[in-house]
Amino acid sequence: MVQEMAHPFEKYLRSAMMPHIWCPGCGNGIVLNCFIHALDELQKDLDKLVVVSGIGCIGRTAGYTNADSFHTTHGRAIAFATGVKLANPELEVTIISGDGDLFAIGGNHFIHAARRNIGLKVICANNFNYGMTGGQQGPTTPLETSTTTTPYGNIEHPFNLVHLAAASGATYVARWTTLHVRRLTQSIKRMLQKDGFCFLEVVSPCPEIFGRRNKMRTGLDMMEWFRRASVVENFSDPSRAEITPERIVVGEFVNIEKTSYERLLYEKIAQINEKAMGW
Amino acid sequence: MTGKRTLPTGAHFMSGDIACAEGAIAAGCRFFGGYPITPATEIAEHLSERMPEFGGIYIQMEDEIASIAAVLGASYTGLKAMTATSGPGFSLMQENIGLAVMTETPCVIVDIMRGGPSTGQPTLPGQQDVMQAKWGSHGDYGIIALSPSSVQEMFNLTIEAFNLSETYRVPTLLMGDEIVAHMWEKVVIPPASETRIVNRKKPNVSPSEYAPFMPEDDLVPPMACFGEGYHFHATGLTHDERGYPRTQDSEVQTRLVRRLCEKISKNADKIIKVEDVMLKDADVVVVAYGIVARAALSAVRKAREAGIKAGLLRLITLWPFPERHVARIAKKAKAIVVPEMNCGQVVHEVERAAKKIPVAFLSKLGEDPHTPQEILDVIERCV
Repeated sequence: MVQEMAHPFEKYLRSAMMPHIWCPGCGNGIVLNCFIHALDELQKDLDKLVVVSGIGCIGRTAGYTNADSFHTTHGRAIAFATGVKLANPELEVTIISGDGDLFAIGGNHFIHAARRNIGLKVICANNFNYGMTGGQQGPTTPLETSTTTTPYGNIEHPFNLVHLAAASGATYVARWTTLHVRRLTQSIKRMLQKDGFCFLEVVSPCPEIFGRRNKMRTGLDMMEWFRRASVVENFSDPSRAEITPERIVVGEFVNIEKTSYERLLYEKIAQINEKAMGW
Repeated sequence: MTGKRTLPTGAHFMSGDIACAEGAIAAGCRFFGGYPITPATEIAEHLSERMPEFGGIYIQMEDEIASIAAVLGASYTGLKAMTATSGPGFSLMQENIGLAVMTETPCVIVDIMRGGPSTGQPTLPGQQDVMQAKWGSHGDYGIIALSPSSVQEMFNLTIEAFNLSETYRVPTLLMGDEIVAHMWEKVVIPPASETRIVNRKKPNVSPSEYAPFMPEDDLVPPMACFGEGYHFHATGLTHDERGYPRTQDSEVQTRLVRRLCEKISKNADKIIKVEDVMLKDADVVVVAYGIVARAALSAVRKAREAGIKAGLLRLITLWPFPERHVARIAKKAKAIVVPEMNCGQVVHEVERAAKKIPVAFLSKLGEDPHTPQEILDVIERCV
């Protein structure tokens, strides 16, 4: 007799919200899978986890995670999460969102949260375009690629996200592709154990919307690009890590210790009140 | 948390902005996220000093969009949270005020109105944001907005704003103006035991049974907070009672949006506050709010001295609009006078509610509010 078995990670997922909205070949499921592996390996207390997302395909991740979760307006995940983290520093506040959400409409919040060193863990699924709205050019779209709003080829220089994060003051900065699932999971675990602002870029395939306009029609084609172009260079200069068709530098770029904003804030509050708060 | 240094009970001399900040602390506000802007900056300055004394959080965000977003985040951890701004910042906040409405997030937004549009007149008073308070964010929704006329009311109504916000899980707006914000007056601080403080309803079901947007009879759902083990989801998308996105379901959309409107409209009589002055036998009634109501009161008294049966209906609540109160006075009065520091906003609501009797509008822009004489002149013409 066949017994129905629960998936070992069922407790991490809000299964009532399934099926998910993601296309075949999309990398978002890999990001969520690696995130859940990291939570499981660290035996993270789900009662103390808050997942915040902005708008876009990957923005649905908050809803799929069986923790307290919030789906904000476009671009405001980090600003919302700042309020959560400062109001209750015991919470593990993770932002999982996309390149357009975090770096176009939400770019200002990203650089300031990194500058302040708020203890937020930001995972960006970078799929090079606005997938949910049908494949428009965004702040990470590579030069000369085709999107629905760059039919003659993109002439805007893309952000190098790891350079931006490092320059803004993040205490941990890494980049992997969805091909590097073990190292990606390892990086999420490192972030979840650190104190300050942490940033992880996941280069993620979007074959249905981005790839098919750029000679990579399937998820496999995009993964093949990641395999061919990826070079692991841990602690290399993030300013030299631009993503090009020929070269995707992956690895950890920054891993430093710096007291988080909320720790400084609560120490200050304790000093003002001449008594330790003990959180 | 120790070190609480609440203001001693009794009379104090302070500005409206400081009174607002102290009112927030008295209401239990423990998170302020803001961005400097004239004429609301002193609220932030005062709270940057006072919040830590209560174990509360003050943070200056990178802009007003971030400020309101952080306030929402803090509120979802269970803290009472506030931001304060003026017209340009209020405009930037509108999208996330809609998010607060949609996710039923208790929070207080102080808008110290100055002359607009755009950068306008940063150091002069205005009442040009009143319609924006109701209609500023896209989509249909109910909201609460209060209008203080004095420094004392900057204190009292800030507390009231928190209480209403917590009761109805709705962003509540304190619509001050540059004069009530910068003016210094006597404020009487009541004993803490006499201050009514309301806290949001908490769920009394287990996490597995909890539906974060399932309303009770008052149309307001109990609110769990992050970190309490409920594992709930909230979204700005159209959602069902579980908080799950249901963007293609017209029934869910209808049920949700109607409730967001009706939890305010059906509780309007409980929410609305007005002040009646000499209305019983009044032939001419001035309907005014904010600092303008002070000049209107003076004008009404002068009119009475001159033998004119004048009265004042002072709107303390602007939204939901006190239309029943306007309709009540319209049954007896012969004319209504509405002075406003704008090109005509509340006057349209008054006309709608007054129906048949004539409504005279007195607009003032660009400098000090109306003088009592200017209002008196119109009262005399109405007799």
